[in-house]
Amino acid sequence: MTGVLALIGRNTLAFLRYLSGLYDLTSEAVYWTFVAPFKGREIKWDNAFHQMVLAGVNSIPIVSLISLFIGVVLGLQGAYQLEKFGATYYVTALVGVSMTRELGPLITAIIIAGRSGSAFAAEIGTMKVSEEIDALEVMGLNIVRYLVVPKYLALLVMMPCLTLVSDLAGILGGGIFEIYQLDQTFAMFLSATRDALVMRDITTGLIKSLVFGLIITEVGCYEGFTVRGGAEGVGKSTTSAVVVSIFLIIFADVVFTAIFYYTS
Amino acid sequence: MAHDFEGPMIRVVDLVTYYGERRILNRVNLDIQAGETMVILGGSGTGKSTLIRHIIRLELPTSGHIFIKTHDICHMPEERFDLLRHKIGMLFQSAALFNSMTIEENVSLPLCELTQLEDSTIRIMTRIKLDLVGLNGFENYMPAQLSGGMKKRAGLARALAMDPEILLFDEPSAGLDPVTAAGIDALILKLKRAFRMTIVVVTHEMASAFLIADRITVMDRGEVIAVGTPDEIKASTHPKVQQFLNRTPEEEAIDAQAYLRTLTQSGE
Ligand SMILES: Nc1ncnc2c1ncn2[C@@H]1O[C@H](COP(=O)(O)OP(=O)(O)O)[C@@H](O)[C@H]1O
Ligand SMILES: [Mg+2]
Repeated sequence: MTGVLALIGRNTLAFLRYLSGLYDLTSEAVYWTFVAPFKGREIKWDNAFHQMVLAGVNSIPIVSLISLFIGVVLGLQGAYQLEKFGATYYVTALVGVSMTRELGPLITAIIIAGRSGSAFAAEIGTMKVSEEIDALEVMGLNIVRYLVVPKYLALLVMMPCLTLVSDLAGILGGGIFEIYQLDQTFAMFLSATRDALVMRDITTGLIKSLVFGLIITEVGCYEGFTVRGGAEGVGKSTTSAVVVSIFLIIFADVVFTAIFYYTS
Repeated sequence: MAHDFEGPMIRVVDLVTYYGERRILNRVNLDIQAGETMVILGGSGTGKSTLIRHIIRLELPTSGHIFIKTHDICHMPEERFDLLRHKIGMLFQSAALFNSMTIEENVSLPLCELTQLEDSTIRIMTRIKLDLVGLNGFENYMPAQLSGGMKKRAGLARALAMDPEILLFDEPSAGLDPVTAAGIDALILKLKRAFRMTIVVVTHEMASAFLIADRITVMDRGEVIAVGTPDEIKASTHPKVQQFLNRTPEEEAIDAQAYLRTLTQSGE
């Protein structure tokens, strides 16, 4: 019994320590992104643009493709239910609202956690193992400013963009199904989508995507900085960067969806 | 080099460090004079790297002090140490080159980031440092394209970029073949003669220690067990020191010049 309690206590402590580490890293990243530039310590824009291309532009194909499929699947599943009420006209609204409010940001975040979160952890972890992080520190160069801020900026800019891409692709996917299967015209699909969506659907999705981007960067970088024990450690950190960030993304999603639900 | 202070360049006083429950350094006391080459010798796991990491403030001790000139670096704010930091260069055991940058970008990084020099000046200074370590012509190579010895040389060029007064080496010849290792030793000797820097070398290679050292500190399990000139160390009666020396009996008799000649003839 005491063994179980000790185990719970130890794990809770470890989890709290992890969160406080994340918090420290986040506050330092926020300082170097939003405060330091006004004190003459400029942001490394070259690096940030490089990261935007890697994390953002290069993810457009996979995000669109997966969202398109999800849109088709949503259309299929929606029609299966709504057919019973003869309400297949509402499939378009269902797809539009689910994509913009929920699935667009979530799918994008999960793809980016897998692609970029793991890449961040692997890059920083490898640098840690090969003493490059120490070398930066010895030179007096701030590691958060050099390594974290460009990634953080890249995702802050790219997550909303990718989420919009995902929203669009998903709605189109739904549209393909509706036009071919439910005998709607493209004009009907467009006007149904326009009627169904309000601005708030899209903005709540984009706000979520910013939070998800923050989680992916901080967890990826933190896992990288805390790598222990060589190449094997890098592998472990890369895996847990993906697992932990997806967990936190879904947790944050619950919290934000609840907030948006009760405040609307 | 003129000195604006009295006493040793680096003074370690009662340094104690724990990693978790384990005591890694146990009341280490050490004075390193300006302009001398101090070799810290000891088996692996005795805390040599830990000590050198404290000297450049990559770790903070559990208790004790480290003075560089007259500044207590363990008890000063980070920003004030930044000013001192630029006077210290370090070559890491793995060379620690930035893998995403060319050799030239690696060496010029501290100059670009920490000084206001013109690009053309930085270019020239970078070339001079690369020349010094024998790497001219390799400016546009990526670290992955270089051999182990060349990586160490590039790392050394980067450590020299800011013209440091103190140069720290962590296992400069570890993982290198003997010929390449001797080349690195020769390079350290060359720097020592040319610049009169204060040099601290951590190593477990006895041959290279006796070759380059002005004085040697022998460490064992986190403690300093002997300090002295190479001759004094050889004559030491401390059982641990004797044990360490005798474990590699073929390297006992060392004539620096002959040693260098035999090793450098076949390569470099
Ligand atoms: N970050 C660390 N956390 C825990 N233990 C460490 C850490 N770094 C080194 N040690 C331990 O400290 C001891 C001394 O290490 P080190 O200074 O690297 O030895 P050396 O360089 O003389 O081979 C070793 O036993 C090592 O296991
Ligand atoms: Mg070591």
